[in-house]
Amino acid sequence: MKAEIIIAGFGGQGVMSIGQVLAYAGMHAGKQVSWMPSYGPEQRGGTAHVSVVISDDAVDSPIVSVPSYAVILNDPSLEKFLPKISTNGVLLINSDCITSEVERKDLYIAEIGASSIAAAIGNERVSGIVLLGALVQMTSLISREDLTKGLADVFGGEKQHLLAMNEAALQAGERAAEINFTFPII
Amino acid sequence: MTKLLMKGNEVIGEAAIQAGCYHFFGYPITPQSELVAYMAKRLPEEGGTFVQAESEVAAINMVYGAASAGVRAMTSSSSPGFSLKQEGISYLAGAELPAVIVNVARGGPGLGNIQPAQSDYFQATRGGGHGDYYTPVLAPFTLQETIELTAEAFRLADVYRTPVVLLTDGLLGQMMEPVVFQQSSTPVQTESHNDWALQGTGGIRAPRSVTSLELNASGLEKRNLKLQEKYQLINQSEQQADVYFAEDADWFVTAYGSVARTALSAVKHARSEGVNVGLIRPVSLWPFPTETYSALCEKTDQILVVEMSAGQMIDDVKLSVNSSVEVVFYGRMGGAVPDPEEIFDVIIENAKGVPKK
Repeated sequence: MKAEIIIAGFGGQGVMSIGQVLAYAGMHAGKQVSWMPSYGPEQRGGTAHVSVVISDDAVDSPIVSVPSYAVILNDPSLEKFLPKISTNGVLLINSDCITSEVERKDLYIAEIGASSIAAAIGNERVSGIVLLGALVQMTSLISREDLTKGLADVFGGEKQHLLAMNEAALQAGERAAEINFTFPII
Repeated sequence: MTKLLMKGNEVIGEAAIQAGCYHFFGYPITPQSELVAYMAKRLPEEGGTFVQAESEVAAINMVYGAASAGVRAMTSSSSPGFSLKQEGISYLAGAELPAVIVNVARGGPGLGNIQPAQSDYFQATRGGGHGDYYTPVLAPFTLQETIELTAEAFRLADVYRTPVVLLTDGLLGQMMEPVVFQQSSTPVQTESHNDWALQGTGGIRAPRSVTSLELNASGLEKRNLKLQEKYQLINQSEQQADVYFAEDADWFVTAYGSVARTALSAVKHARSEGVNVGLIRPVSLWPFPTETYSALCEKTDQILVVEMSAGQMIDDVKLSVNSSVEVVFYGRMGGAVPDPEEIFDVIIENAKGVPKK
C-alpha cells in the first residue's frame, strides 16, 4: 500500500502536528513514512500544508502531487488541493471552517463540524485531532491502536497535559464518523 | 535498532556528534537553523563545545581555529551564509585543515528566499572561494544516507586534510523521516593529527605554524602542486554514484539530492508505463562520478538532467560523456520544487519511440 496524504489549513490549526501523528502511527504500523512541511511565509496567515506518505516500500518522493487522502481545514486550501485529489480519493473537511461547495463527485467526502465538536470538548484547537478520529473510523489507512501510539509520540513528554484532551478529541471524531456516515469502510 | 522520526537538519547534528565532532560553530539562517539549535542543546550534554558566533564569517574562522588544534569541527549555513564562509573555506584549503561545512541550500541569487534550491552547485564544486582548490562535496538524498555521508565527510576531511562540504537543501533539511543510528559501543577513532596540529610544544618540540600564507612564489607554487596532487588522488579514489535500473535501461535521467528522490518516483512511474529509463544519482558532486557516466555511454544515447537550478551539474555531465550522447535539461529555479508528475511528463516527452501522452 501507498497512501499520499495532504493536510492543509491556516497556520495554528495544528496541521503540522496532525501530520506528525499520522507519520508516527505509520511507523508503528511498520510502514515507511515521510513528513514534508510547507515552510516559510505562507505559514503566517496564508495556508500551511504538510505532505505525509505512508508506504509499504521505501518513500522516494516526499512531495505529493496527487494525494489519495486530503484533510482540509480552510477555504483557500480546499481551492488549492481539491483539483489534485486522486479519483476515489478520500476528502475530509472541517465544515465549520469551510463555506465553499465541493464540486467533485468522484471522491469519498466526509464533512465534519470538527471545530464545534472540539469546542464542546473544551478547546477548539483539537479540531484536527477530531478529524483524525473520523479518518481512522472511516478508512483502513491506519489502526486505532497505532494512531493512539502516534498521538502519545507527538503529545507526550512536555505536552503530556494535552494527551487526555487529544484522546477525547479522537473518540469524538470516531463517534461523529460513525453517526453521520454510512458509506462502506475503504 | 530504534527507528527515530527526525528532521533532516537535526539528523546532521546527531550524525556529526556520533562521528566524533564535538566542536560546532553556528549562526542561524532558515532553512538550516534547527541544526544550530540541535547542537546548542546536544553538545553541552556530550561535553562538547557549541558557540553561537556573531556572524557566518566568525563561525568559519572559529572552525579554522578548532581544526588547527586537530579536533573535528563543523559549521553550517544556508546559501547566503555559505557565500560569506567562502573566504574561510579557501583559508582552510590553503592551510590543509580538516573540517566539515554544511550548506542547506535555498533559492538565490542574493537574499533570494528560503525555499529549497540547488543553485549553489557551481560554488560548492568549484572551490567557491579564491585560489586553486576544490573541496569534496557530498549530496545525500535520504535522511538515512545523511547519517552515512556526514560520517564520510569527516573521514574524507581527516584522511585528506581538507574542508569537505555536505550539500543538502531546504527540502531535506525540513522534512522528517525515520532513521536508525548504528550505536557503536566504542568511541569513534579519529586521526590524532599530532604530527602537525597545534596542541602545545610541551616545552620539548619546536613550535609549528598552521597558515595559508607563503610569500615566496616558488614556495607557494610547490604548495599548490602538492594540493593538486591531493585533488587528483581524491578524484581517482573518491567518486561515488548510484545507478538505478542499470541492467535494462535504454537511457537515463540524472539528478542529485532531493531532486533525485522525485526523479526516482517519476522514473518508476515511467517504467510502469513501459518506458525503459533508469536513474544515475551522483553521491559525490566533487569529485564528480565521471567514471559512472562514461561507463554508461555505450548503452545510452540520451541523458536527461533534472536540477533545481538553471543548469549547473549539466556541465559536469557533458564533460563526462562523449558527443554521441545527447544531454537534455529540465530545471526549476528560485525555490520552485518540481513534483513527481512534472518530471514524469518530461520523461514521457523525451522518451523516444514511446507514444506521447
